[in-house]
Amino acid sequence: MARKTQGPEIERLIQLLARMPGLGPRSARKAALALLKRRADLLEPLSRAMSEAAERLRDCPVCGNLDTVAPCTICSDERRDRTMIVVVEEIGDLWALERAGVVNGLYHVLGGHLSPLDGIGPDQLAIPRLVERAVPPVTEVLLALNATVEGQSTAHYVREQIAASGVAVSVLQQGVPVGGELDYLDDGTLAAAIRSRRPL
Amino acid sequence: MWISRLVLTDFRNHARLELNLDRRPVVLAGANGAGKTNVLEAVSLLAAGQGLRRAAYPELIRRAGAGGWAVAATLETDAGPVEIGTGLDPSRPDAARGGRIVRINGEPQSGSGALAGLVEMAWLLPSMDGLFTGPAGDRRRFLDRLVLGFDAGHAMRAGQFERAMRQRNRLLEDGVRDAARFRGLEHVLAETGVALAAARVATVAGIVRMIEARHARTPDSPFPWAALALEGALEADLTAGRPAVDVEDRYLESLASGRERDRAAGRTLEGPHRSDLVVGHGPKGMPADASSTGEQKALLIGLVLAHAELLAERRSGAAPILLLDEIAAHLDVRRRAALFREIRLLGSQAWLTGTDPIAFEALLNDAQFIPVRDDGIGRQAVSPHPADDDLSI
Repeated sequence: MARKTQGPEIERLIQLLARMPGLGPRSARKAALALLKRRADLLEPLSRAMSEAAERLRDCPVCGNLDTVAPCTICSDERRDRTMIVVVEEIGDLWALERAGVVNGLYHVLGGHLSPLDGIGPDQLAIPRLVERAVPPVTEVLLALNATVEGQSTAHYVREQIAASGVAVSVLQQGVPVGGELDYLDDGTLAAAIRSRRPL
Repeated sequence: MWISRLVLTDFRNHARLELNLDRRPVVLAGANGAGKTNVLEAVSLLAAGQGLRRAAYPELIRRAGAGGWAVAATLETDAGPVEIGTGLDPSRPDAARGGRIVRINGEPQSGSGALAGLVEMAWLLPSMDGLFTGPAGDRRRFLDRLVLGFDAGHAMRAGQFERAMRQRNRLLEDGVRDAARFRGLEHVLAETGVALAAARVATVAGIVRMIEARHARTPDSPFPWAALALEGALEADLTAGRPAVDVEDRYLESLASGRERDRAAGRTLEGPHRSDLVVGHGPKGMPADASSTGEQKALLIGLVLAHAELLAERRSGAAPILLLDEIAAHLDVRRRAALFREIRLLGSQAWLTGTDPIAFEALLNDAQFIPVRDDGIGRQAVSPHPADDDLSI
């Protein structure tokens, strides 16, 4: 049997850190050690920040975003354009769009995509709530879903569900990335770029 | 294109193997079980895909080895040498996802697909002898492999089609009747399915053209010309000249109207995953599967050579690498000599294996002979050839 090298508290910290995405047992050990060594300026503030976040964390009842206020900061922001809803699969996608600062509208987080193989149907996603939201003053729903088989088939399904409301539905353009050279693009991306060409 | 250097590390039975080669055909001779086909398999992993045995990557690890395998090669191309490295390192955290490491000139790639536009290869194995008599799936896979030489995105689209089909099959199985749930997936199926069928139609048309040119050039070739036809609703529509968008719409409708039928069958019954490549013995005007074993082999060789020539034509003369396992086995002296002549004419660095070096006698001065033993590999004295020495007659 392996000998114990540290107390159970530290062992537990390592185990929990190892569950974080991107961290394995080795990097969890490294992270734990960094925290322990920097008790005052890292471990304690982090621990306080985490318990405060855990205490106040709310699911936004409107869009499905995570925040410490409900409705979330984005949904409560009066300066945002209330005629547009951008639909994303995950909160990470919302964050990515916010980071880019290109969306002034509201969001709707589906919480994944339709995948019969994984037992995920419309009831497991926030699709019914989106249908309820897609009414005036909303005039456009932008489906910013992944360009995967599941993302595309989910977009198709959502579009059909909203169709009756009369709200315009748009999807993200697929094609040449900004700063991209044509020569390096795969055939599928090139074909998508040609299909979605526009007059200059 | 040709391989000037090949290094295997802990690959199957080879602990370490290093070959320095010139552009001539390579003959690997050795006893049964010496690991000749393993060398071909290693070479096949320099191209996109799972290799010629389609083995799971962990299976390639040498038993007594350090627990991983690697194949490194220098590929000589028109644009200069390219270093390709591929392998499996189980200690890396991403190894569990089942992919292999691929590097081109030292740069890590996201998958073997990056090799598709770079290395072209065609192979013939004893296990393909039953291609014409076996299940349609084998012929479809054979054809899709040929398509990959012209359309690097073919494998990706096939993957998307299969994924969408599995999702749809699950909906059928779960008894879902909400048509909207099917339509999203069926759109993906129609779009990718028609693209797959179109790539097949284009490839077959190219090969047919090349078969005709070969027949006109050598009407008495010992490799009879093959009559090719694609069996499949999408392929038939496209061959008839219907616009792809119309074929897509028709396939969509047929998927929608076929849902109950598919539900009863438990799977999607219509689509490019059910197509077949129908091959006939041209001169005799009969189905390939009705020909003799030797004739089937000759037909298959003719088909592979036509494809190789078509690839060479697209690459302005740069012939693909041919991997021909135990090729001499079913061929009489005349066909063997004709095959070697074809290889020389094509200018391909063909890799041939056999138990008996005598079978390759006709190639004596035009090939590099490498004896393979289970405990390693040796090189017989090979007359030095300058790299630009060409093989044309």
